[in-house]
Amino acid sequence: MALNITENIDGIFQLIGGNFSTAGEASTQLKHKLAEIGVDEEIIRRATIATFEAEMNVIIYAAAGWLHYYITPGSIKIRIEDMGPGIENIELAMQEGYSTAPEWVREMGWGAGMGLPNMKKNSDTFTVDSVVGEGTTVEMVINFP
Amino acid sequence: MKVKDLVDQLSLDVRSFKDGLGNDITGAYVSDLLSDVMGNSKKGNVWLTLQTHLNIVAVASMKDLSAIIIVGGRQAQEETIKKAEQEKVTILTTALPSFEASGRIYQLLK
Repeated sequence: MALNITENIDGIFQLIGGNFSTAGEASTQLKHKLAEIGVDEEIIRRATIATFEAEMNVIIYAAAGWLHYYITPGSIKIRIEDMGPGIENIELAMQEGYSTAPEWVREMGWGAGMGLPNMKKNSDTFTVDSVVGEGTTVEMVINFP
Repeated sequence: MKVKDLVDQLSLDVRSFKDGLGNDITGAYVSDLLSDVMGNSKKGNVWLTLQTHLNIVAVASMKDLSAIIIVGGRQAQEETIKKAEQEKVTILTTALPSFEASGRIYQLLK
């Protein structure tokens, strides 16, 4: 894959908890950036799903957070750090269908317990670190073919 | 088949971004869970849902869906329509419930 990239590209977005009206803006901008430099459509699809789910988790659960991305000729890395409640049991949180989202969030069609599994499914490496009462950091890498 | 053909066949109401009526339809996906649509819908699908809030626009835009059809006589919220115009997402509405709308679209697309 010949990418139109001469140096590493990185960016950062601030996310505000509860701000559903701007949800998806970070992921949309990242999607356009990846398309601009000629990244494969399937990679863009995976990166977009993973990033949007991460963005939603910050908006649903945390007070605030930051989404950083780093694009190199070989991969894209996305790191999301939040100031949120943290995850008590990561193993449980990774199970499809498990969610601690409140009822009103579920009524919007979020909180189906698919967010973290979707992120993992769409990245080549996926790590989640969390401290209860402090926050959560998710790091995902998607390698270019 | 184009979005316009579906609009004509099912007498759908066009609520936003009329330019999208020329979009090609690759299939359809029915779900009210947004992560499910993020994970499993395909580019060019029409998406049938009863969700009306503005996050449906981001999902449709990010997945390059050809249109959203809001079923069951529900109406999109005003902010959803506004966002859809900005993001160039076509929103259609129908009084048909999910099952009936899906069945008719299935017949047209199969």
